[in-house]
Amino acid sequence: MSKQIKLKKGFDIRLVGKAENKIGDFQPVKTFAIKPTDFIGMRRPKVIVKEGDTVKAGSPILFDKKLEKVQYVAPVSGEIVEIKRGEKRKLLEIKILADSEINFENFEKFTEADIAAASREKLVDHMTATGVWPQIIQRPYGVVADPEDEPKNIFISCFDTHPLAPDYDFLLKGQANYFQAGINVLKKLTKGGVFLGLSGESKSSEMANIQGVETNYFSGPHPAGNVGVQIHHIAPINKGETIWTLNPYGVVQIGKLFTNGHYDASKLIALTGSEIKTPVYAQTYIGSCVDSYVAGNTNSDNVRVVSGNVLTGEKIKRDGYLGFYDHQLTAIPEGDYYEFLGWMKPTTEKLSYHKALGLLSFLYPKKEYALDSNVRGEERAFVQTGVFESVTPMDIYPVYLLKAIMAEDFDEMEELGIYEVIEEDLALCEFVDVSKHPVQEIVRKGIELIQFS
Amino acid sequence: MKFLRDLLDKQKPLFQKGGKLENLYYLYEAGETFLFSPKHTTAPRGAQVKDAIDLKRMMITVVIAMIPCLLFGIYNTGHMHYLAVGEAASFGDKFILGLTLVLPIVIVAYAAGGLVEAVFAVVRKHPINEGFLVTGMLIPLVVPATTPLWQVALATIFAVVIAKEVFGGTGMNILNVAMTARAFLYFAYPAQISGDQVWTYLGDKTPVDGFSGATALSVAYQSGQEGVDAASNLASHNSAIMDNMFGFANMFFGFIPGSIGETSTLMVLLGAAILLFTGVASWKIMLSAFGGAYIMAAIMQLLAVNEFMAMPAHYHLVMGGIAFGIVFMATDPVSAAQTESGKWVYGLLIGVLTIIIRVTNPAYPEGIMLAVLFMNVFAPLIDHYVVKANKKRRLQRATV
Repeated sequence: MSKQIKLKKGFDIRLVGKAENKIGDFQPVKTFAIKPTDFIGMRRPKVIVKEGDTVKAGSPILFDKKLEKVQYVAPVSGEIVEIKRGEKRKLLEIKILADSEINFENFEKFTEADIAAASREKLVDHMTATGVWPQIIQRPYGVVADPEDEPKNIFISCFDTHPLAPDYDFLLKGQANYFQAGINVLKKLTKGGVFLGLSGESKSSEMANIQGVETNYFSGPHPAGNVGVQIHHIAPINKGETIWTLNPYGVVQIGKLFTNGHYDASKLIALTGSEIKTPVYAQTYIGSCVDSYVAGNTNSDNVRVVSGNVLTGEKIKRDGYLGFYDHQLTAIPEGDYYEFLGWMKPTTEKLSYHKALGLLSFLYPKKEYALDSNVRGEERAFVQTGVFESVTPMDIYPVYLLKAIMAEDFDEMEELGIYEVIEEDLALCEFVDVSKHPVQEIVRKGIELIQFS
Repeated sequence: MKFLRDLLDKQKPLFQKGGKLENLYYLYEAGETFLFSPKHTTAPRGAQVKDAIDLKRMMITVVIAMIPCLLFGIYNTGHMHYLAVGEAASFGDKFILGLTLVLPIVIVAYAAGGLVEAVFAVVRKHPINEGFLVTGMLIPLVVPATTPLWQVALATIFAVVIAKEVFGGTGMNILNVAMTARAFLYFAYPAQISGDQVWTYLGDKTPVDGFSGATALSVAYQSGQEGVDAASNLASHNSAIMDNMFGFANMFFGFIPGSIGETSTLMVLLGAAILLFTGVASWKIMLSAFGGAYIMAAIMQLLAVNEFMAMPAHYHLVMGGIAFGIVFMATDPVSAAQTESGKWVYGLLIGVLTIIIRVTNPAYPEGIMLAVLFMNVFAPLIDHYVVKANKKRRLQRATV
């Protein structure tokens, strides 16, 4: 039974620079990198290649000593040119200089019948050895799933409502077969169901015809596309339960692995943001260096390049590398300037969820904004109430949860629903917060407290 | 504005770590951020852009919302004076007299409170809180224009220290700071904030014959004591200086004696409109508090055993400080209930309690002050049960 769920709470951050649905021509990307810091919860990363080694796409290069079974593999074939470490020898990046033509490791191929006949154990072993496993994220905690667990359900959100998010219908065009194959595999990993969340607003998606899943439709402002919100409305996570989530890209990747026998890390990314001259899509691979897309393609020099979107993304250098899970690059102006009486000047140029004195953006409900990275004020104690609740379409009291985390009160955190959220679910709170709290950082702190207690 | 910026940048090292005036950093910071919003950029991970709002803007919105009450209060202070002494005066005369009385109170409240804020900021090493912008304006509006300035200063200092700073500053306080200041005055110096003599400034002049400085509430209360119909008693009150002074319409417009900012329900509603339109204050609290007051007053009317109780319910809403208290004090987000359903209960009980205190308690003819403070104390309890219900829902669907 598919449900239509209309969410009222939330807020769409409308920005300038949405990617046009076409693929641009760019200089081929030379280097790719896997950043262990992208895998939140990876505690003891261990590199198994050395500088100078050559790898194929799908060759293992890294694993987590706390989750040894799961291999992290090279997205492209080529030479390991640098293993970059930071303070205390923290592993930061494993860089690969890509071959001009990608060579793949050859893995076993599966027909639909093979998948149906294979044991769960065999499928899991195959996935963990070939590099697709890190696509599976476990809730609670939002970390790479533990292959030993069996999830209650698997959730996949097939649309993204983040600011300037890529259009998944475009990303997944023509991939429905692989997607179906991926679903067939995933179905064998859980005794529960596989749930797809589709946008109730967009036209027919190819994903609407996928078999063997329960499809639900969500409409409303961001965060309607967040898988955490969808889980909350379909089958909320309770204490002691494990749920797995995937991005549709991960499902396709699993499908390709089983169908073609290759670890295929190719992906489309959206180049977005007010500072990108020509916002289009680009064809690349996981962990792509962004300089080919940024160099000569920005409107000014004082630009912040963000891997991902402006709500949950991460600032990277102009020649940095795209995050493992990101399908979007956003370039916005850096906001490192003083503004005379900036706190009381009336403005129509800055977006606000609020309507306090002089914040006039509510007059232009369709306008797209070119926001910069200025914090627009200083951090203060919580004062305004009711705002976080109004952008969080879940039965949760975000301020109470955040205060419980700050107080490190474990029982309160559990009772208030820490298991149901990860950073992205409360990212809007961080945007609208009058008191400028680092909400996502606090959420992660709470998750880690609970996870390792 | 470049020269200002240059000036600030030049002085900055003095106040930064290692500078001569390092201890005064937060004073410098307060000035700097008042003039220029800072150039901080967002953290590398997390939200890369932020909403244009900040606490300064939110607080200044509340101050703006109080300006109609302030301006009207200034005028009315002069207006009442000339009415009482029986002299004709122009609008300008009234306004200027009011200004000479009210402005010092505002300045003293801001100065005294600002001083406390500054001392605490320096000693406790935290930024100066914008909450004071609001408190410093609220306190003058809830005292009579005749209040001695030293009392204003003392009450402000008491309230900012005891009601706010000891808890850790804006956002941490349990009681509404301005209401605490008023309660302090009420209990410490009752002679200057209650009775019939304090509401109208007379100066060295003698009032006209038959003038009474009583407030509408105390007249209504007296009606109860004497067994005369409250509405007609109110209407005929002070007929020596003005017809129908305590008629419903005049009380609504606010040309009556009372604390500086509280008399005009119309101006309060104008402020309420600003607060509600900008979304800074909770409409739930306002609506439920006015509703609670009206319902309770109507119940009182049904059960009337004296003439005060029998007074028409809607009179209660324009008398005394109830409208001002509900709109500007009860809605203070820090001391109010913080959950959305809690706000309904909190507001409703403020309205109900105000009327109960007014009608049944002979010692305090004004109920809103104690009702707000009382409910401030109970707000966390209300929230506790609302949040508990949320936890219970979560627990019930769990199977383990």
